[in-house]
Amino acid sequence: MTVEFRVPSHTAEDGTAGNSTGFGEFVRHRAASGELVVQPRMGFSDPARMRAGLLATRRAAATTVGTLTVDSYTRVGDLAAARDALRAGIALNGYPLATHPRETTAQVLAGIAADDFPVQVRHGSADPGHIFTALTAAGLSATEGGPVSYCLPYGRTPLEKSVDSWARCCEDFAEPRRPGVRPHLETFGGCMLGQLCPPGQLVALSVLEALFFHRHGVRSISVSYAQQSHPGQDREAVRALRVLCARLLPDADVHIVVYAYMGLFPQTADGARALLGEATRLARATGAERLIVKTEAEADRIPTVAENVAALEHAARTARRHRAEAPAGADDDSQVHAEAYALIDAVLNAAPDIGRALVQAFKRGLLDIPYCLHPDNAGRSRSYLDRDGRLRWADVGSLPLAPLVGAGRSRPVTSGELMSALSYVRRTFDGDPYGELRGRPRGKAVEDR
Amino acid sequence: MGKAMERACDDARHSGVVIVSSLASDAHTWNLVYLQLLLEEHGFEVVNLGACVPDELLVAECLDRAPDMVVISSVNGHGYQDGLRVIAQLRRRPPLARTRMVIGGKLGISGARDGLRADRLLDAGFDAVFPDGPDAVPEFERYLSHVFERVAS
Repeated sequence: MTVEFRVPSHTAEDGTAGNSTGFGEFVRHRAASGELVVQPRMGFSDPARMRAGLLATRRAAATTVGTLTVDSYTRVGDLAAARDALRAGIALNGYPLATHPRETTAQVLAGIAADDFPVQVRHGSADPGHIFTALTAAGLSATEGGPVSYCLPYGRTPLEKSVDSWARCCEDFAEPRRPGVRPHLETFGGCMLGQLCPPGQLVALSVLEALFFHRHGVRSISVSYAQQSHPGQDREAVRALRVLCARLLPDADVHIVVYAYMGLFPQTADGARALLGEATRLARATGAERLIVKTEAEADRIPTVAENVAALEHAARTARRHRAEAPAGADDDSQVHAEAYALIDAVLNAAPDIGRALVQAFKRGLLDIPYCLHPDNAGRSRSYLDRDGRLRWADVGSLPLAPLVGAGRSRPVTSGELMSALSYVRRTFDGDPYGELRGRPRGKAVEDR
Repeated sequence: MGKAMERACDDARHSGVVIVSSLASDAHTWNLVYLQLLLEEHGFEVVNLGACVPDELLVAECLDRAPDMVVISSVNGHGYQDGLRVIAQLRRRPPLARTRMVIGGKLGISGARDGLRADRLLDAGFDAVFPDGPDAVPEFERYLSHVFERVAS
């Protein structure tokens, strides 16, 4: 291993100890008492509705944190369009955080957002300066994304521009606005494209984005991983994430957030609940501290507040039946860990600065997201699902993984196989909603009600 | 396999360059990836322009590459209005006046008017329209065989 861990020049005096508060501290304390923190995706343009959604999340029978998702005009920086839509009374697909007056946002959050109910801003922007400005002005201190994960999957912003923009945002965001409140940033890198990215690369991207945040001064970090298509492989992935973060980010306050499946969701209510149950058990079995839920409405439309609350409470009930396993030790000999380790090693050796290293890595194909069409992605790697539903490499392109997956293993993926892989999880859970209970009694309500 | 046999097999496959593209407001890509694989299986060389393709970029790429066909796919529900706008810009360029151009996907809010809207897309200059549905892909494949065999003969 040639990963050289450079201790940043501004190592925090405010390490992981101390009495500071914030999103990261809240999650850590709840996890320490054995709870799983659950969180919806939620964003409404109408302030009253946004407030009602946050309040319902806070009051749900679960340990929750709040979500304020911005609309897509705000995401792409088209603030004029957001303003025009608000004036015309047109509903947007999220809360226009940079457009509503500051007092309006203060009223949305008043008496709800607090130390015991931190609220995270979610956005999806490759150039998020205006969003960071607006969220800190609103007194919020938690958000998410990353220079790679919010650039490559959505649109055409050059990666280099996203890296520069995210570096500036992190450095500004890292300055605490209120004494004792530590800003918190979550990587979206473990969720790239939602499906069909082999877990080794998801873990590598999540860790690399966490390192990027850390090098730019952020000390309270969460690393994401999105549930894929095989429970055993997913567990390997989350454990690898833990081991690699402990090794590479020893002085940061890091927790893990698992996302319920992000690809084509089951269309039946039973299938959707079973898949969320599986995600909850993934979090518990790996000691992950937080879970982003999905709802029964996911296959069809944007869920209502009530559907979100139902999903949060369903996950909380499942979590209570499964004790959180203690994080694994420092050893990890899984395939996912080996692949993630090789990718991180190659990227960190591509350039001294991690931002430049990420740009170089994509240029050289040392990172290469299968089926990602962004102009800065090499697009030579391919993945497929094996018979058991494990995600595997069909072609590693220039990824430094040939020794690990066997050279000459490359095989073409047909359009029919792609279609079948994209719908595998949906078909599995719709066709056998209790597939998660394989080998156990098939009676209803055994596990998830 | 002998040379003549190889040539005969090659002749049974299509050849040519196809540009696959989304429209300016659409960030979805799995549909584009699927079409690329499908077209490659039919023997075409595919240039995939990806998500959120601005009108000017699509026009420039078409002028630059002089493709045998342009396949536009959109699933965010803005396909009709975005498609009408972009086909006018493409057809205005003399080198692209006769290039084969098709569009498909979830093009609008479904309903009785969709048939009329497909007609409007055809009137505006598309050669074929494939609204989303269980028959869309088989129909598209039949269209490929029909059109390109006729061109070859």
